[in-house]
Amino acid sequence: MSTRSMEPTRRHVGRAIPHESAPEHVGGAVYTDDLFPRFSNVLHAWPVCAKVAHGVVTKLDASAALAMPGVVATIGEGDVPGEGNTGPAVLDEPMFDGVVRFYGQPVLWILAESESLARRAAAKVVLEVEAKPAIVGIEAAIEAQSYHAGPFTIHRAPEASDVTKELGRAPRRLSGELHVGGQEQFYLEGQCSFVYLDEAGQVMVHSSTQHPTETQAIVARVLGVPKHEVTCQALRMGGGFGGKETNASPYAAVAALGAWKTNRPVRLRLDRQRDVMITGKRHPFLGRFEVGFDDDGRLLAVDCELYADGGWSLDLSKPVLQRGMFHLDNAYLVPALRVVGRVCKTNVVSHTAFRGFGGPQGMVVIEEILDRVARATGLPPHVVRERNLYRDGDRTHYGQEIDDATRLRTMWSKLCESSELQERWTQIEAFNASHEDRKRGLAITPVKFGISFTTAFFNQAGALVLLYQDGSVQVSHGGTEMGQGLHTKMIQVAADALGVELDTIRLMPTRTDKVPNTSATAASSGTDLNGQAVREACRAIRERLAEVAGIHFHVAPGDVVFEGGKVYPIGRADDAVSFAKIAKEAYLQRVPLFSTGYYRTPNIHFDEKAGVGKPFHYFAFGCAVTEVEVERFTGQYTVIRADILHDVGDSLSPLVDQGQVEGGYVQGVGWLTREELLWDSKSGRLTTGGASTYKLPTLGDMPLDFRVSLLEKAPQPGVIHGSKAVGEPPLMLAISAREAIRQAVSAFGDAPTLVELACPTTPEQVYWAIEKVRRSAGASERVAAEE
Amino acid sequence: MSIRFRLNGRDVEATSVDPHEPLLHFLRARGLTGTKEGCAEGECGACAVAIVRTGPDGKTRYVPINSCLVLTPAVHGLELVSVEGVASDDALHPVQLAMVEHGGSQCGFCTPGFVVSLFAEYYREGRQLGDYDPESIGGNLCRCTGYRPIRDALVSLRLPSDDDPHRARLRAEAPKPAALSYEADGVRFERPIDLASLFSILEAHPNAKLVSGGTDVVVEVNHRDARFDVIVALDGVAELRGIELTEQTIAIGAGEPLAAIEEALHGKVPLLDQLWPLFSSRLIRNRATLGGNLGNASPIGDSPPALLALDATAVIASKHGERTVPLDGFFTGYRKTILAPGELLRAVRIDKPLPTIQRFYKVSKRVMDDISTVAGAFALTLAPDGTVAKARLAYGGVAATPARAKDAEAALVGKRFDAQSVRTIRPLLERAFTPMDDHRGSAAYRKAMVTSLVEKLAFELTSGAIEGFEHAEGTR
Repeated sequence: MSTRSMEPTRRHVGRAIPHESAPEHVGGAVYTDDLFPRFSNVLHAWPVCAKVAHGVVTKLDASAALAMPGVVATIGEGDVPGEGNTGPAVLDEPMFDGVVRFYGQPVLWILAESESLARRAAAKVVLEVEAKPAIVGIEAAIEAQSYHAGPFTIHRAPEASDVTKELGRAPRRLSGELHVGGQEQFYLEGQCSFVYLDEAGQVMVHSSTQHPTETQAIVARVLGVPKHEVTCQALRMGGGFGGKETNASPYAAVAALGAWKTNRPVRLRLDRQRDVMITGKRHPFLGRFEVGFDDDGRLLAVDCELYADGGWSLDLSKPVLQRGMFHLDNAYLVPALRVVGRVCKTNVVSHTAFRGFGGPQGMVVIEEILDRVARATGLPPHVVRERNLYRDGDRTHYGQEIDDATRLRTMWSKLCESSELQERWTQIEAFNASHEDRKRGLAITPVKFGISFTTAFFNQAGALVLLYQDGSVQVSHGGTEMGQGLHTKMIQVAADALGVELDTIRLMPTRTDKVPNTSATAASSGTDLNGQAVREACRAIRERLAEVAGIHFHVAPGDVVFEGGKVYPIGRADDAVSFAKIAKEAYLQRVPLFSTGYYRTPNIHFDEKAGVGKPFHYFAFGCAVTEVEVERFTGQYTVIRADILHDVGDSLSPLVDQGQVEGGYVQGVGWLTREELLWDSKSGRLTTGGASTYKLPTLGDMPLDFRVSLLEKAPQPGVIHGSKAVGEPPLMLAISAREAIRQAVSAFGDAPTLVELACPTTPEQVYWAIEKVRRSAGASERVAAEE
Repeated sequence: MSIRFRLNGRDVEATSVDPHEPLLHFLRARGLTGTKEGCAEGECGACAVAIVRTGPDGKTRYVPINSCLVLTPAVHGLELVSVEGVASDDALHPVQLAMVEHGGSQCGFCTPGFVVSLFAEYYREGRQLGDYDPESIGGNLCRCTGYRPIRDALVSLRLPSDDDPHRARLRAEAPKPAALSYEADGVRFERPIDLASLFSILEAHPNAKLVSGGTDVVVEVNHRDARFDVIVALDGVAELRGIELTEQTIAIGAGEPLAAIEEALHGKVPLLDQLWPLFSSRLIRNRATLGGNLGNASPIGDSPPALLALDATAVIASKHGERTVPLDGFFTGYRKTILAPGELLRAVRIDKPLPTIQRFYKVSKRVMDDISTVAGAFALTLAPDGTVAKARLAYGGVAATPARAKDAEAALVGKRFDAQSVRTIRPLLERAFTPMDDHRGSAAYRKAMVTSLVEKLAFELTSGAIEGFEHAEGTR
């Protein structure tokens, strides 16, 4: 006989169910910008944007705008009762200090009775800026030694040696560099805030934010009020992908200043043009590397400099760079590795979080290195990759032990088998031999992605669970819903922790007055952290109910079963009473029906100075095989087939997880192929700043044949229900598409040839790569003929 | 006059709406917030609504369009279904259920647009179980799912039941175009329904902005704050409609939506059949017109090179009557045409016989729903001996206007079209244009494509990749 309440059997966790909001989505669910028609007296905000990348404001005259009927106010210098700075990490984002630091920077905001009016008024504001020299691009920053942070170093080498010595000892060496392009998040819903002073005089902030606590803090900061005066709610986002981790708050701050000044509700939403022009993106990276290896393609030493383009302010660039440095190994053992990283300070938007958070950029660099090693040794790239995969007991360059490399190696072989890699390799060689105009390429790449915020204190979460006397339950937690299915998983976790059906649980909008001091929903950690907190809170309530039910049934609390909304003594299902009845009974017996839950990730640490530690709770793994066809005349290409095996531990919610894997892959393919950010180096203007110039994947870019599996029976110890985080890792499966394109391009020349491929590999870049390969093939043919 | 239309089975009347306000904003400001804004330029489809329209087959159908690119008064007299009108009172619509069950939504923001596109496809006459027409959702962008579950939802759709109320609606006629004369905020909006009234409006307002499908003009309004004193909608003018096919010629009304042309001419002009799937998306083609695509004279429009290759003729109307000019003389400069004040493009004529070989190539960053970096439209008329009697090599994206490589065309005459003759004309092609660098592609790439696309044609012809050439060979 146990006194502890029995864990209910899993009924909902692990079941494939649709997204909890899907029935609303299909009818037009409510987002932040859908709130304003429900209010009267709303003001609409529109920015006055500087069209200079760097300079000082010499004239700012809004009188003509303010003279327009219906234009109510401006928000600028002098309208900030608190601290006019929205910097999330350090205070380096002054709102209205008369300095322009990037093209498109808002220097003033118009508030008017309609958006169209605010917009026309903004165009009437006279703005003069004395231009100063602007730094655009990583190379310009290096030349000017313009850095936000760094150098940071992680250096691992065999004892009594270093990378330089190991490079010297290596039988073969190569060096090179790779520019890795950035990526616009292009969440379908742009940044949006709706702020009003509520009936109690408090500031109510509705924001499409991944980080309500920080949005609350920044609003409180600019208003100069304590945080308890500000409540932030994030109902749901129309996509986030990292782009609303820090980037939502500045706009909430402006809307709050507007509501404060006018005492009217203020709606601020960025249309696509402005959103893309002024918000941060995935960091462009530059990697410069020197590599030592042997004739078998084994990596012996890598010495690498990584530069991240941080843009005008620091924002999250330091941990982004750091994650890039952590993931420079991807899934490979590099016995001697030194990576030195710097965050460049430039006059473009402040680059920020985006799915993978620097990790993907680091991984693209090592995959580039492996391909170059393969071409240099004449070995197939997949052979070189497999030879270098980690083994159990290996340590990463930052000292974290890899204890589940076998899992990754098993996945690798399984996927090689299920995707028929060998057979298709042969078929493709035959195809390529018989086609002059088109070539196919096939590549397999692994993903090893570290899970946890690398800033240890963020790895905590809270939940609040309220049980009512009718047995219905409200669950609040600190995570936000941006489409990733977090709320769906939390409902499943809560339902199983209480032994009730899914419809007993109402998942509440994320609010800072329900769960305070939360971390951003980021780093793929939403489920890991909040899931544990929700389960804790539910368990506390269930244990109290078990006491009550124990008395009711005259059994020990540990012998009470909670299942499917019924409560009964073990072995006596016929005596079951409803969960609601026990809830009511508990209330009558003066037992509290609500609880908080709290979780912090154990045993993670990192010593930044030494570059050593265990920054990650565990690693998520995946493998992908992609086949592409490339056309010679234009460089255009098609993803013919993608096979993916991904490790989500024991899936909490397979439909959701499959969606994350597929969506992440396609988004990653977009990043590496067609999504191109081009800044004009003189003006600092982003020339691919809208939907018609910046090309996300369409239906036509999905692999024609798309086979995705989740690794089965793969529980991860120490994580909620044995699951693994899934938000970010699948994005990097797309590196296989880039490598497959490279393989196809190489087939236009004499294998093995070095194939220099820009990133992103747009059709134009593929065309030039083919031309180069063909020219060098032609040249070697001529040499052969002459000899 | 007020703007009146039917929305989700109810009459809507609107006054004092600025004629520049896109339908999307009109709907949202009135609380119909299910329809979303993702880009305001017709790329993403989150704002899709369906209009009830008569198709080229004469039958009533649902046609999805982007509501961000429709000026509110332009829906006067129309009947619309927004995402709020898809479900019946107590149950999700079958397309909604399919999206839910397949995991077709993640963040849900693009979902209403997909639902509307799927809704229109669901009721498409002749749709068979298991049909998969990528074009039916090709104008909707999703950033979350990677599309697989949405595709599966589409493929899973069953056929509508007999008592389906939306299906029942299609048994009755669609509304006819209605005239509108409307003014608000000091802006006039005129929609005549015949040429005579159009010309008299133009006489009164010579600087009026003509709007056909609006898929270009409204982007200017949404993104560059374009404003006009007088807007004249052409979409109701009867004389601008119609597609006529005779033994000698094909005449296409300038006001016909591209999707209607696509359907009406299906299988008749190979070059156009190849063009349409590469031309933006169906959401756009349902509203955009041929007259608009030619009239805005963009160097990167996709129909101009195709029609130049077909030696099309522009039929130009004014109140004084009609004149015709070869399309080759229609474009006079960057975004400029030969049209004089008071004139407009009434129709485009393609004379027969059609060229023996026709090929349309589009080079763009992505295949679906994109704007050309370079487009190449090639047409060869072969003599009985298999040599080239007439060649048309027309391009978009390589000059200030859509243009032909005339020296190269002339040099091909009398030769066999093969790798050898392409090598001969290579210097002429390389000299033909001086393209520009921009975000879609470098000048060097564009220049390379001018030649490379002709080489591609030669390769495809000789390798048998193009049907029809064998036929031509057989006639030698």
